[in-house]
Amino acid sequence: MKTFTNTNPNSLDQAVSLVQQARTNGQTASLVGGGSDLLALVKDFIVKPDVLVNLKTIKGLDQVVPEAGGVHIGGLITLDALGSHPVIRSQYTVLAEAAETVATPQIRNVGTLGGNVCQRPWCWYFRNGFPCLKNGGSMCYSVGGENQFHAIFGGGPSYIVHPSDTATALVALGAKFRVVGPSGERVVPGADFFVLPRQDSTRENILAPGELLSAVQLAPAPPGRRSTYNKVLDREAWTHAVVSAAVVLDMDREICRSASVVLGGVAPIPWRVPDAERLLAGQRITPALASKVGEAAVAGAQPLTKNAYKVPMTKALVRRTVLALATRA
Amino acid sequence: MVNVTLRVNGETRSASVPPETTLLRLLRDQFNLTGSKLGCDVGDCGACTVIVDGQPVNSCLMLVGQVEGREVLTIEGLANADHLYPLQKLFEHFGSLQCGFCGPGVIMSAKALLDENPDPSTEEIRDALGGNLCRCTGYTKMIEAIKGASCILRGEEAPLVKSA
Repeated sequence: MKTFTNTNPNSLDQAVSLVQQARTNGQTASLVGGGSDLLALVKDFIVKPDVLVNLKTIKGLDQVVPEAGGVHIGGLITLDALGSHPVIRSQYTVLAEAAETVATPQIRNVGTLGGNVCQRPWCWYFRNGFPCLKNGGSMCYSVGGENQFHAIFGGGPSYIVHPSDTATALVALGAKFRVVGPSGERVVPGADFFVLPRQDSTRENILAPGELLSAVQLAPAPPGRRSTYNKVLDREAWTHAVVSAAVVLDMDREICRSASVVLGGVAPIPWRVPDAERLLAGQRITPALASKVGEAAVAGAQPLTKNAYKVPMTKALVRRTVLALATRA
Repeated sequence: MVNVTLRVNGETRSASVPPETTLLRLLRDQFNLTGSKLGCDVGDCGACTVIVDGQPVNSCLMLVGQVEGREVLTIEGLANADHLYPLQKLFEHFGSLQCGFCGPGVIMSAKALLDENPDPSTEEIRDALGGNLCRCTGYTKMIEAIKGASCILRGEEAPLVKSA
């Protein structure tokens, strides 16, 4: 592994200024939470930091705190702690379920929410050091290559899929993301945090160098809300979603007042499906309606040469998830 | 260099190592605790699993800068020269390992599970081993051994009948 200097900031401001300081000195700096993703990238020489800024030494950023009727979740909370938190489990079930499907117990015990949302793509061309768009090159090797796990929506010029389970759930919950950087703090809607390759193919989110995701904010869950996260894997454990669906339904007895349907594993960002959401609003959810919602979820899909199977898979997953959630006691 | 002091298997240990040293390298190269294995080195295989502050983690993905003051338990901390830990004893009884490379990591994942959940279901055991790859056994005999060890640790008689 390349050697680097380790720094232990006590505050977010200090972390941000350590990154700035490194950049001023012509060095590259990486922010590290749990380190599960970053260390793998460093070992493969995909990322070559001179300075590591260890966020784990900042106190108090690993908590779920009540805020304005909802909650504020620190970016350093581990996925294990998030998935087992009683308030998240009961009020924001989709997020707890997403967190507990990530990777392995070992990684969930260390990996953080911030790191999971900001992890780099797991495209095999990127991770194996191909000079692709994500590695600063000029082409996406998946287009003419092995693209069975790549995007069917929102692709071009890069066709990566966003790998984060929790990001998909957070967008479905309408979370707000708190970003801290050299010019202070800003709060952005979760949906605006992620960046399509056609906007910028070198990154997956709006974070500029030196900026970090410090926390997410969730509004109070209204009465009658139910939510869930379903993930299709190509084996029984320890992998990213081939397709996933985060669904939030706000029910008034039998009637769905409003819905949120966000897909994972199919696009370079968590993929919201407004047409599916509109079909559900104000309706009693029947098997026939769930089928229509599944159809709407894949309208406009543009599969590559080897991933057309994701279209019927997505359709079925959305149909089943919506129906099961609506009929759940 | 980074100076680090931590607890390993109940003893206070210190070292001065480069900042890119992982906990796994620290254990193996500095403390000569070579039970934890270097497999994939990126968190895929779980052969390096140790217990840090009560939770199983991949020691290959934890930098020395993150282990200051923490309590680490490795496979070497389970047994002494005279007595195997029940999990180890039952792994031996059931023939749960073949090549054995994954064994220390699997046993540490199982130990963390039983510490938290003394009577796990088969499904819970399978979930707990989700991050430990074994390419020899198919896991069945490991699950039998973990169930047996859970009985012993609860003070009950272990079912020692082997599956066909």
